[in-house]
Amino acid sequence: MKRAGIPTEEFIYSGHTACPGCGAMLVARYLLKVLGKNTIMNIPACCFAAIPGTFPDTCLGIPLLYNAFETTAATASGVEAALKIKGKKEKITVVGFAGDGGTADIGIQALSGAIERNHQIIYVCYDNEAYMNTGMQTSSLTPMGASTTTNPVGKKGGWRIRPKKNMMEIVAAHNIPYAATVNPSYPMDFIKKIEKAKSIKGTSYIHAYSVCPTGWRYQPELGLEIGRLATETGIFPLYEFENGAYTINYKKKTKEVLEYYKLQGRFRHLSDDFIKEVQTLIDKEWEKLLYKEECSHR
Amino acid sequence: MKKLDKLVSIKDLPEAPVSNVPSLSQKTGTWRVFRPEIDKEKCIKCYICWRCCPDISIDVDEEGFPRINYDYCKGCGICAHECPKTAIRMEREGK
Amino acid sequence: MVKMIITGNVAAAWGARLSRAEVIAAYPITPQTIIVEKLAQFVSDGDLKAEYLHMESEHSAMAACIAASQTGARAFTATSSQGLVLMHELLHWASGARTPIVMANVNRALAPPWNVWVEHTDMMSQRDTGWIQFYAESNQEVLDTIIICYKLCEDKDIQLPAMIGLDAFYLSHTSEIVDIPDQDLVDKFLPQYDPAYPLDIENPTSVGSLSMPHQWYPEFRYKIHEAMQRVLPKLNQIEEDFYKEFGRKYTGPLELYDTEDAEVVLIVSGAAAGTVKETVDMLRKKGVKAGVIRLRMFRPFPSEELAKALSKVSFVGVIDRSFSFGHEGAIFSELKASLYGLKKYLPIKNFIVGIGGRDITTNTINRIYDNCFSCLKNNKIDTPVEWIDIKV
Repeated sequence: MKRAGIPTEEFIYSGHTACPGCGAMLVARYLLKVLGKNTIMNIPACCFAAIPGTFPDTCLGIPLLYNAFETTAATASGVEAALKIKGKKEKITVVGFAGDGGTADIGIQALSGAIERNHQIIYVCYDNEAYMNTGMQTSSLTPMGASTTTNPVGKKGGWRIRPKKNMMEIVAAHNIPYAATVNPSYPMDFIKKIEKAKSIKGTSYIHAYSVCPTGWRYQPELGLEIGRLATETGIFPLYEFENGAYTINYKKKTKEVLEYYKLQGRFRHLSDDFIKEVQTLIDKEWEKLLYKEECSHR
Repeated sequence: MKKLDKLVSIKDLPEAPVSNVPSLSQKTGTWRVFRPEIDKEKCIKCYICWRCCPDISIDVDEEGFPRINYDYCKGCGICAHECPKTAIRMEREGK
Repeated sequence: MVKMIITGNVAAAWGARLSRAEVIAAYPITPQTIIVEKLAQFVSDGDLKAEYLHMESEHSAMAACIAASQTGARAFTATSSQGLVLMHELLHWASGARTPIVMANVNRALAPPWNVWVEHTDMMSQRDTGWIQFYAESNQEVLDTIIICYKLCEDKDIQLPAMIGLDAFYLSHTSEIVDIPDQDLVDKFLPQYDPAYPLDIENPTSVGSLSMPHQWYPEFRYKIHEAMQRVLPKLNQIEEDFYKEFGRKYTGPLELYDTEDAEVVLIVSGAAAGTVKETVDMLRKKGVKAGVIRLRMFRPFPSEELAKALSKVSFVGVIDRSFSFGHEGAIFSELKASLYGLKKYLPIKNFIVGIGGRDITTNTINRIYDNCFSCLKNNKIDTPVEWIDIKV
């Protein structure tokens, strides 16, 4: 049964301790609405390790394994292998659900290994663009210009000047069967992509945009609006990589990055010149993506 | 494995740290500073508010109107911001 | 039952095969490689029905084993030195999560400098991780102990992981005659893994969540302590059953050799015990009252059993094939602690021998016994810790 375009059944209980307006919560909620009851999830150290609550409470209505920080994909591999040898693999979806730090930094080795072995798992990276659980420290997915607690604004600058690692490109380089970006501000697109990932034979990678009012410093009610701006500025394009071909799902790049940046406290210190630099970079990446789409569909 | 809702001593614990009690006993509604109020006159039952609640604290009442579950609503305001008919007002708690 | 002439590595692979390991997640490292190669061959030939994961590091290998075990499959892995210490974080995780994983560790020295030969520091440095630890003396023991360990670890009263150490090259690459028990006898002895808290769609649980200082983290750790205390009595029972089924007798954490009337006893772990026993035989022929205790298990540490075995002895020499920098050999420290407070004072000396695979011969052991007897005669320990055969 559907309501407002998405399935009605919930697999998360209220009473969890996510921040008000947590984007990761919406990611998990939509993910589980599609995957349903027959899912096993494993989660490393991240916001989501603390969100379900303390022993003996849990906010998830599906089996959950907590794993060590760097091992999300390795743990998912172990779960999948055990289900396979027990003859249960077809019926149960295995999901590794990690933050950006646990995916792009400390967890990247395990992710690379799991994709290379082509385990039947869905790996979801919920990207809130810093180590939010431990207090907003920089990760390799922190965007250009952001101030974090380890890239604080100081007398000599100090904020992050490096651009984000492109996780989609990294997984594409492994010839992953399916990878996609999703954004809770576009729930129908989100749902469709999870349904696709569920049907893929082999590993799928989902890069989920995850707003964080606490770390990005904005009023929580703006969460989904910021999400829309992320896609409309081209900062977080919605696209898929399937069997070597790129497909952009949302082509309306109509907004300037300034509109996105000015809503968030973490970018407050930036000069107009810096924003122009970011705009140039985003425009270039968008052009590259359009080109990749064109080439890969020839 | 029995539900671990009554833990008094080490004897009640499983050997491994396995949780199985739904988090519903944590009434996160106490976190609120602002509370959402739905104006049924303006509401068109599109359920976008239900869809965008990170705390799953909006359900549907007998008349089909969305209903806030104030036990868990943290007052983030996303529902009010996303409502296409501005049918949800954020009121200061305690007024 | 078939007798084969095989190396310790092949024996370990047979142990895993006969135990019907279901998920093997491993990474190669000298001198363990033959274990994972042999297991790959067993799987490729269809002789072992298992999921074989070519993990990208030992750390991930242990992560996959933990996950597989928690999902309900019997997990096995093997490693050595650098790989074992790389797994360190997850060794704590495996015992904290109460997963009955069995691992073969080929005891090898740690780098730098690079050294692939036998030393026990790799396993000794993991003694706080909550794993049951065995040191094998023979290839037969490697095979048998893997089977015994699965039965021990999977017992609902235990639910702890175990590692079996086999000396690099002396066991791993040296061929001995090994009885390969029949698969159906092993199946009868070791039934299918029945996990205590399997991941179940119908009854979803979360495993390993946050737990506070006031409740219940300390209790969970105390439970591990209680489980460790149940290991030795449980092992005793299992080894009796093993003897009935397979005809080979194992005597728990200690193997006593000529200790009943011994004046000087050496304590040693691993394959070097064979050399010490040989030396004891030679000394006994000369009427010297020497004995040796092979320490087969380091965790749980058999304090009571050792105190009892040493009750009539006059002098103990502890051979450590490892060292805890900043203090002394681990077996030495722990033995002294076990003997503390006992009415009789027992003189005890530490010999650090065979570091980095330096050979231990009967000559070496003879000198050690000589030294012990002379310390005993002079009623004075010349030096509490002595590194043997170091080129000074």
